[in-house]
Amino acid sequence: MRRDIFQAIADPTRRAILGLLALGPMTPNAVAEHFDSARQTISKHIQILTECEVLTQKKTGREIYYHFNPEKMKEVDVWLERFRKMWEERFEQLDDLLNDL
Amino acid sequence: MTNNFVFKTDLAAKKIHVTREFNAPIEKVWRAWTEPALLEKWVVLKHWSAITQIMDFTVGGVWLYAMVSPDGQKHWVWAQFTAIDNGSLISSMGAFCDGEGNPLLDGPKSYRDTRFSVIEGNKTQVDMTITFEEESTLQMFVEGGFKEGISMTLTLLDELLASE
Repeated sequence: MRRDIFQAIADPTRRAILGLLALGPMTPNAVAEHFDSARQTISKHIQILTECEVLTQKKTGREIYYHFNPEKMKEVDVWLERFRKMWEERFEQLDDLLNDL
Repeated sequence: MTNNFVFKTDLAAKKIHVTREFNAPIEKVWRAWTEPALLEKWVVLKHWSAITQIMDFTVGGVWLYAMVSPDGQKHWVWAQFTAIDNGSLISSMGAFCDGEGNPLLDGPKSYRDTRFSVIEGNKTQVDMTITFEEESTLQMFVEGGFKEGISMTLTLLDELLASE
């Protein structure tokens, strides 16, 4: 299954995990402590986020820390910007049409 | 003239808000939004054309049109009107289509409320809220129906930049 940024943000728990890790890197256990969900559920979300490349793993000593990758989030901005542009262009055409009506 | 174009996204709420002012009376804006011959002139971008297959502008009625690319490929757009308040509100539900223009009603949907109001006597403000039913719809929009919109917008943008 293809993983991308839109899948990463498609779930409220994953968005919450991203929000948390945006503040600083954490171990999976530390992340799980912030949620009522089962630890396994949280690890699954972390795994998906990693596959979406919005999180990266770094080993420090014996612990694995997850880091937020802001570059990846920019893909959403790029898409939304294009969507915005599409409406802007449509409306400019509508301006012309209204002038002629 | 400023047109006060606003495009706000609220991904957590799965909503996109678009606002725009038009220098025309509300009757004309309403016509441009509801008459197929007029809609065809502005819903698709330069070099593309629109062909209306169905336009039943009643509550429960369907609007189905094809966006036709410069190389003749059709991309169908399907919407069903869920509420109409003449001259002030249009609500619709949108779904993706297969290659023949049949809506995929089991698939993800989007909802759009468009409100029209008079400003400064003879101008019109349009406020639109697009809501994605499921969070995955946003992804579908990217991978599916809007790719064409995106690529054609980019082509247009390239031309615009080249001409300046």
